[in-house]
Amino acid sequence: MISIRNLFVELGDFTLKNASLDVEDGEYMVVVGPSGAGKTVLLESIAGLFPLKQGEIWLRGKEATYLKPEKRQVSIVYQDHALFPHLSVRENIVFGQKMHKATSEQSQKALSTVVDLFGISALLNRKPDTLSGGERQKVALARALCVSPDVLLLDEPLSSLDPKTREEIESELRHLHQTLGITTLHVTHNFEEAVALGDRIAVIGEGEVKQVGTPEAIFRQPNSEFVARFALSRNIFQGNLEKGQDGTYTFRTSQTVFVVERGMPGANRATVRPEDVMLSSNGHATNAGNAFVGEITSITDRGSMIYIDVDLPPVVTALATRHAFRQVGLNIGMRVNVSFDASSVHVFQEN
Amino acid sequence: MVFLKKKNGAQGRPIGLSFSVFKLIFCLLGGLILAFIAVPIAKMIYASNPAILLESLRDSEITASIALTIYAALIATIIGFILGVPLAYLLAKNSFPGKRLIEGLIDLPLVIPHSAAGIALLFVFGRNYFMGQAFDSVGIRFLDSLAGIVIAMLFVSVPFLIDSAKEGFQKVDPRLEKVARTLGATHWQTFTRISFPLAWRSIMAGNIMMWARGMSEFGAVIIIAYHPMIAPVLVYEKFETYGLNYARPIAVILILISLFVFVLLRFLLYRREKA
Repeated sequence: MISIRNLFVELGDFTLKNASLDVEDGEYMVVVGPSGAGKTVLLESIAGLFPLKQGEIWLRGKEATYLKPEKRQVSIVYQDHALFPHLSVRENIVFGQKMHKATSEQSQKALSTVVDLFGISALLNRKPDTLSGGERQKVALARALCVSPDVLLLDEPLSSLDPKTREEIESELRHLHQTLGITTLHVTHNFEEAVALGDRIAVIGEGEVKQVGTPEAIFRQPNSEFVARFALSRNIFQGNLEKGQDGTYTFRTSQTVFVVERGMPGANRATVRPEDVMLSSNGHATNAGNAFVGEITSITDRGSMIYIDVDLPPVVTALATRHAFRQVGLNIGMRVNVSFDASSVHVFQEN
Repeated sequence: MVFLKKKNGAQGRPIGLSFSVFKLIFCLLGGLILAFIAVPIAKMIYASNPAILLESLRDSEITASIALTIYAALIATIIGFILGVPLAYLLAKNSFPGKRLIEGLIDLPLVIPHSAAGIALLFVFGRNYFMGQAFDSVGIRFLDSLAGIVIAMLFVSVPFLIDSAKEGFQKVDPRLEKVARTLGATHWQTFTRISFPLAWRSIMAGNIMMWARGMSEFGAVIIIAYHPMIAPVLVYEKFETYGLNYARPIAVILILISLFVFVLLRFLLYRREKA
């Protein structure tokens, strides 16, 4: 449905080099990256709102690089909702219908469809400045969908909302996608949001598309340190992969050796997700592929979850729920057993 | 009285005390300039005889000149609106090399002496010069004519409209215009449905400012068109020929008209700030 080819953007101190990305028909793709990674520029390029110096945009299998925004059938919803302040909610929603010279019957039908979808019939005569953040978001989505676009672009749709409304709109978006099956490209800086909503995730940063894949793949098999860090994996080790005579793999760092299930030619980094690292204080050996003993050097409380750094050496970070942490009763300076499966160690090549 | 309250606080005394001296001096200086502006205007209106004012309003020479002033300034404003709003939009929505130079050029009429501006206009619109000849061929002459009054007013007052309209367009969030485009609006439709309505209050304020400024213009007009006589020129002539007392009634009427427009403008600007 959407194909971005070799996009090159230079805007102030921000650059996007040779970025390519394909979004399948009906797919919910989340582009995730740190603030200032040019995610909005990416969306505006697809919508035709940002003049391209280099690269191509294809929509519906045809090149659309020079197509005017009003001809693209691509709707955009901005973070601040961008509702027309001088128009009522009703006028906002049917704006696109009017521009398409729809008959009043047609626009009435389109209006009632989206109004029912979002349950906003009570808001129709209000002005945007009297609405709450969640209501505005719904109106902005209704306005975008009222023109039956081929593509829906969402620019940080949840970022400006309070936690409760955020959850509400998040499930609204999921429901919306299941009902309408509209091709959606959603950009955010929040990795959890990406995992919660995306069929696939594209991680962008440092001016390029770093990795595209299912949430599981981004989580389990990051292809670079950037993606691993962005996916909140704290344990990234430098070293090299060795293949034993029996066909098993080991990853050797300057301080230790990990058993690895799956190898990859040229791998020079290994990562283990903190939630895959198990700690125990009873001294029993486990049957996990990797078992060590180390000293707890720091404990970071994140509310529901707690990060525990253990020096083997090297330092490995484990993630525990508050409940588990209380039960085991860990303290700084304690010596604990650290273990993780060979399948939990993911190796990749960092250039 | 705020600083008196502060004196009760433990640490309020020294600050409060120095503040009062500071405030006293500043209020005194500020009050002087306020009085300087208000007293002459107030005294002229207060001291004028309503009977003479009414009589002046029946004087066809005076009413004709006032009507001419309002009318000419209105035409200038309409021309300024048609030519100035697109320029204001371009300047508000684009950045390009030389933009600051253009913005400076627009404000130039505000700083050059208006009699000099009148002379400069004659060098282009005079009968022997390029534009003058072009317009002459369609029967429009500028020397001592309505057209001359209009271009003089246009020249000195159009910066007010362009600046205000530009500010209005700048306040329109570009994302609103972008969203409109993705919803199927052409560039034209986006302008007429989104940008223009949202900037309307600023544009209207600019229109009124330009109109008021045009009506009060004297220097540039008198160079190009002493006749037909606009009201500011008539005030000057009455004063020169008959003296202060004869100039006063028409001056008062002019001030009252200006005050009316001024209040209208303030009202619009106030609504704009609230919006």
